[in-house]
Amino acid sequence: MSYLLKNATMPNGSKADLAIHDSHFVPESSLPKDHQVIDLAGKQVLPGLVDLHTHLREPGFEESETVATGSLSAVRGGFTAISAMANTAPVADTAGVVEQVYRLGQAAGLCDVFPIGAVTQGLNGQTLSEIGAMADSAARVRVFSDDGKCVFDPLIMRRALEYVKKFDGVIAQHAQEPTLTQDAQMNEGEISAQLGLKGWPAVAEEAIIARDVLLAEHTKSRLHICHLTTAGGVEIIRWAKARGIQVTAEVTPHHLLLTDDYAKNYDPIFKVNPPLRLESDVLALRAGLADGTIDIVATDHAPHSSESKDCEWSVASFGMVGLETALSIVIKTMVETGAMTYADVADRLSIAPARIARYENHGQPLEIGNVANLTVVDTASNWIVDRDLMSTRSKNTPFHGFELPGVVTHTFFNGKLVFGE
Amino acid sequence: MKHLLSINDLSRDEAILILDTAAELARISDGPMKKLPTLRGRTIVNLFAEDSTRTRISFEAAAKRLSADVINFSAKGSSLSKGESLKDTAQTLQAMGADAVVIRHPASGAPFRLADNQWMSGAVINAGDGTHEHPSQALLDAYTMRKHLGKGAKDLAGLRVAIVGDILHSRVARSNVLLLTKLGAHVTLVAPPTLLPFGVDSWPVTVSYDLDLVIPQVDAIMMLRIQQERMHEIFFPSAREYSRYFGLNRDRVNALNPNAIIMHPGPMNRGLEITADAADSARSVIVEQVSNGVSVRMAILYLLLGGAPIEGGIN
Amino acid sequence: MKTVLPAPDMSRAIVRIAHEILERYDGADSITLLGIPTRGAHLATRIAAAINAIEGGQVAVGTLDTTMHRDDLRTRSPKALLPTLIPPAGVEGRHVVLVDDVLFSGRTIRAALDALGEIGRPTSVSLAVLVDRGHRELPIKADFVGKNIPTSRTEIIKVNLVEVDGTDEVTIAEGGSK
Ligand SMILES: [Zn+2]
Repeated sequence: MSYLLKNATMPNGSKADLAIHDSHFVPESSLPKDHQVIDLAGKQVLPGLVDLHTHLREPGFEESETVATGSLSAVRGGFTAISAMANTAPVADTAGVVEQVYRLGQAAGLCDVFPIGAVTQGLNGQTLSEIGAMADSAARVRVFSDDGKCVFDPLIMRRALEYVKKFDGVIAQHAQEPTLTQDAQMNEGEISAQLGLKGWPAVAEEAIIARDVLLAEHTKSRLHICHLTTAGGVEIIRWAKARGIQVTAEVTPHHLLLTDDYAKNYDPIFKVNPPLRLESDVLALRAGLADGTIDIVATDHAPHSSESKDCEWSVASFGMVGLETALSIVIKTMVETGAMTYADVADRLSIAPARIARYENHGQPLEIGNVANLTVVDTASNWIVDRDLMSTRSKNTPFHGFELPGVVTHTFFNGKLVFGE
Repeated sequence: MKHLLSINDLSRDEAILILDTAAELARISDGPMKKLPTLRGRTIVNLFAEDSTRTRISFEAAAKRLSADVINFSAKGSSLSKGESLKDTAQTLQAMGADAVVIRHPASGAPFRLADNQWMSGAVINAGDGTHEHPSQALLDAYTMRKHLGKGAKDLAGLRVAIVGDILHSRVARSNVLLLTKLGAHVTLVAPPTLLPFGVDSWPVTVSYDLDLVIPQVDAIMMLRIQQERMHEIFFPSAREYSRYFGLNRDRVNALNPNAIIMHPGPMNRGLEITADAADSARSVIVEQVSNGVSVRMAILYLLLGGAPIEGGIN
Repeated sequence: MKTVLPAPDMSRAIVRIAHEILERYDGADSITLLGIPTRGAHLATRIAAAINAIEGGQVAVGTLDTTMHRDDLRTRSPKALLPTLIPPAGVEGRHVVLVDDVLFSGRTIRAALDALGEIGRPTSVSLAVLVDRGHRELPIKADFVGKNIPTSRTEIIKVNLVEVDGTDEVTIAEGGSK
């Protein structure tokens, strides 16, 4: 199929027509006669969004999400590439598992599914997994993470950082000091004290970030900090970047909007790891994202069955789904507040994550000759989030009932219209 | 008031109404009327997912004196203690026609989940949830203080109360801080810094690390139970050191004001947070707290269930 | 709104009730007056004072709250309890005279009889009211009545007493649209 997209608003604000044929952007003159014309007047186009932090639950927890349902959820949210976290069952710690996930993504055919490899075997934190074999596999893994768990042992972290230099890889750290966060339930603050829920101090996150930027400096390797949540963490990243350390950082949409106030009715839909923090943290994260200290937004899409949320807070699972709301939350918190432009959105949600993970064909300029990965968003329209109308297999969105700006109307992946009409 | 989940659910006037009602119920059930027909035909479920014989018996006695039907659902060790089935349990109780559920649960906030309208429609009474709150205990403590120290006043204005011990993990302390300050008392929390909650400096209380400085300045001193396992979690170096700095012993009892009372929510760790002679001294009202508990819980049950089965405040 | 029992008439009615009670029980020794709070309790105190003025001595007087025994609890929000104060002699073997301000449906008196039954077994129970306005829903009648005032169901009878309301009088008013 070939498409002519007319009157699109480009990330830099200019107006353009875009011609797509045979998976690439082409000159309008080389479109075949039977192409479809779509009028995008008033609509914003962005390079296809890239998520560096997605939990797809397959293999092992297919009742919560599969690669296929997660892919559908992704393209509805405007993503053309997602990164499957390693904490499946079995853990993605061998070439076999990452190739399986990669092929499931190919079979679904809606977007690229790039597996993330585990840093340690079975996420045990003690022995390195076969990082080289995963890098050399058909999945060509470049991002390694024990996400869900922190790579706590400093020697293991050092070795991992060193080892991935061989193929320009990056270690994505879930920064959580485990002894300070044993049984922790929510941000440690006045609200946790009032609710009698065990606190999760900011320092437990910041201490690991501080340690790891120093390790990254020492090893001259690439470090990525997952889901930053504290103002102190932003400060450490800012300091490290100023020092020339190769560190990048992400923030989730929910940490850009929600605070620990939402725990007050004990509804575990707001239970997430790392936890929702304070208003002052939210503002620091927004400022950090706007000034580039935080490089990207990543969803930490974490599907869970309803049983694991329809229970007491302390026994509920951590996590929220986020693929279908991410762009809208970014528009609400960053664009509508004037902190970022759509060019910045294109950078934080597509260009920068593709660069960090070395994903080819993603995060590229919308130019003739490049692969046509493209997201169209109606920025003038609002929608009301309805968990029952989402494509993800799980319903654990904290935004059910929220009115959000920005409706994704079309997603093109490899020149194919995979969402919208 | 549809539920009693937290002291925050009560206005000052509602709290005083509970105390007044309890006082009148204590008078008539100590005197002429042992049993009242008020809740005849109403079903109250005691849903205890955690051991607490004393609280369960207290609520059971209160319900029976008001002629309610009582079903005891002790779920320790059963599927309920795993938590996944709290919702199923709630729906079962709903199907059984429970008018009220008295819930004790190890998870903070479990009563809030139970009170979620999609789970069940009856009244929910929090009989202690995790390290969150224990509102009926605070009400009986306030009742006991008012009776001994209130000088006829409706509230506790001007009363000086020390709460000593593991504030961090104490639902009794949380509920008492909310209620006693609501009633005008001045509360001092005394504990090692490790056992004080984060942000306690924003609470409407005074904090002290020195029990001996506080002792002569209070009208009531409430000792909290210290769980042995806190020692293993490195909150303090040893039981002996804890007792030395934060235990109530004979010398500290002697340093109290002549009219000051000694309280403890029970069960006591004699020899750790309180010595036997302190617990059994003439100042101690610990045994009386138990009997006051029944009257206060009768008042709570009457005020929650005695009226029309509609949402709305106490008039 | 109009006054149907002004203060002087009220005083006379109370004195007359005192005389009738004494006449029926042949003196004050075996009588226990139990007023139903709030206004019934004040009326009981006044009747007791009248009896004492006639007889000399101290007639036993107390209060009996009916809140916890009412059969209409589930139709309204819970009420604060009012005091029940039983004189030291108790009710066993006594002639108990219940005292209330207005006799209407009779349900309060039924609740009072139930409450009394929990306390003990009096030799007899009788009922004194300042106003009987009719419309009984139960087989209950007053033994001593200050004044019978025929009413429609919707009219509102209000007994004002100095102790509570600052003035002594009984008024009648048209009911609202309810
Ligand atoms: Zn994580």
